[in-house]
Amino acid sequence: MAVATTTQTGARPWWAGRRPPTPAWVGTVPFLAYVGVFLLWPTGIVVVDSLKNPNGAWAFSNISELGNPLVRGYFIGSFKLCVLSSVAGAVLGAILAYAVASGDPDGVGRRLYIAVSGVLAQFGGVTLAFAFLVTIGPVGLLFHASWYFDFPWGIGLIYTYFQIPLMVLVFLPAIDGLKVQWREASENLGASAWQYWRYVGGPLLMPAFLGALLLLFANALSAFATIQAWENQIAYIVPQQISTALSSEVGLSNVNVADLLALGMVILVAIVMTGYALLQRRAARWLR
Amino acid sequence: MSALIAAAKKEGTLNVIALPPTWANYGTIIDDFQKTYGITVNSTLPDGTSQQEVDAVKTENGTAKAPDVMDIGLAVALANTSLFAPYEVSTWSDIPAAQKDPNGLWYEDYGGYMAIGYSTKFGTITSLSQLLGPKFKGAVALNGNPTSANAALNGVMMANLAEGGTASNIADGVNFFAKLKAAGNFNPISATGATIKAGTTEVVFNWDYLNLPSYVGVPAGSWKVFIPQNAVLGGYYAQAINKDAPHPAAARLWEEFLYSQAASGGQNLWLEGGARPVEQQAMTSNSSINTSAASALPAVTGTPVFLTEAQNTAAANYLAANWAKAVG
Repeated sequence: MAVATTTQTGARPWWAGRRPPTPAWVGTVPFLAYVGVFLLWPTGIVVVDSLKNPNGAWAFSNISELGNPLVRGYFIGSFKLCVLSSVAGAVLGAILAYAVASGDPDGVGRRLYIAVSGVLAQFGGVTLAFAFLVTIGPVGLLFHASWYFDFPWGIGLIYTYFQIPLMVLVFLPAIDGLKVQWREASENLGASAWQYWRYVGGPLLMPAFLGALLLLFANALSAFATIQAWENQIAYIVPQQISTALSSEVGLSNVNVADLLALGMVILVAIVMTGYALLQRRAARWLR
Repeated sequence: MSALIAAAKKEGTLNVIALPPTWANYGTIIDDFQKTYGITVNSTLPDGTSQQEVDAVKTENGTAKAPDVMDIGLAVALANTSLFAPYEVSTWSDIPAAQKDPNGLWYEDYGGYMAIGYSTKFGTITSLSQLLGPKFKGAVALNGNPTSANAALNGVMMANLAEGGTASNIADGVNFFAKLKAAGNFNPISATGATIKAGTTEVVFNWDYLNLPSYVGVPAGSWKVFIPQNAVLGGYYAQAINKDAPHPAAARLWEEFLYSQAASGGQNLWLEGGARPVEQQAMTSNSSINTSAASALPAVTGTPVFLTEAQNTAAANYLAANWAKAVG
């Protein structure tokens, strides 16, 4: 019987032409629901709970905690680590991306670099920290130096390990967008290589470079497992202190302080990502 | 006692929670209890935490699955005494007064002393100040962040006592770690069995029963444990009975078994697992202790110190304000 029903070829399905017109926004519902449940809802909880005391009553005085020198210290630590690793990652990554872009666009080398960067940009956490421990750690195979444990230098070095490949991935399209004709035009007008980069290439790439820098900054801000495996006896950065505030066994846990620290990070990320969006808009003009 | 055994056998079952079989010899203890009394032991959530034990008692209250007995960290025990039934085992008087609730709501069971485990490549360590010497460059680690992990807080407190500080003021301990940092000897890596095996944390402050070569997983000849003179800092777990225990007689019989001083009783079984049973002192005087197991423990000189709740809070607050500054 099933065969009989499916062989009625040519017959219009019963629902054909009877579908009510669907408003265009319906297509965005899955996306908005996802963002709502996994981004907006948790952010809302963080904001609300950071302004309450452990008994659930409103406590707007919590905000003054952000001025506490200890709390400020965690944000300064996070800021130092993010600036160090994102600047180092962006500069080295940009140079590498330029080298890759000047090679054969369909060559094996380029495909290899992109594939490897895609993998290494995601390499982090305990695995990465342990890999560094056994190579450059106290009894590592090569060149151990005591400054590896002077925050933020050693951990900054480790972070660049995933920052450089990420920079290659996000910066390569911008370099590819530099048209060879622009270079030829400036050379025809008698510009030196320095003048080309100073007046043409540099200004064109700068918004993309700064945008990528901000992306790297945000990427470093939330990393937690790597530093926790590298040096966890002191809280240097905000995510480490959030962990203490959530799970202290010695009576120092305070969920509301954890929420407040998280709120500080949300604000920081919002500022960075706004800057990123503005720079992207400028950079996109030249990449069409 | 025989009436208790009969009642417990009639119940036939005991529910225990958060007892890892490799921890303090619990695998053997559970087997022996089942064999001796013919009572089935249901062991749930073997790797659970103290807080999870309390949560299970609350959420499963009134069901046949609820835990009958708990083996619980002292801080969590003190915060939840309303869940416990008072009981005094027959060896009650052999538990030191500072290590039990006067009303019998909880009673410490086994534990250890804060100790320094170290690689034998350093020779023999006999005092804390040796750790400031140049050969310990980048070697000395705690087990976690002292504002967060209990073992790390006690590590700083132990250094504090060795440096002449008192249990009420941890400042000397923090100063010691600041000196260690200035000498370049402080190692901020998170110490685990894996880092000890890999040789990246060669000197580790941790409880002695978690600092034994067998527990860490290194050959016996390559790792030693040392407790500084007059810095004997104890940390013990506690037993408590659920006041709504589904098997109340079996729960009490279990406690009698754990606090039995017999050669095959709970106190000696814990000792054989490298933990220090709470009645050790009394058992040493009345010669019921397993002497070969006792002599395998790290040697100590001085009177054991146990932090009170107020001392613990004072130390935690001092660390919250000063730890990062001292070693950051």
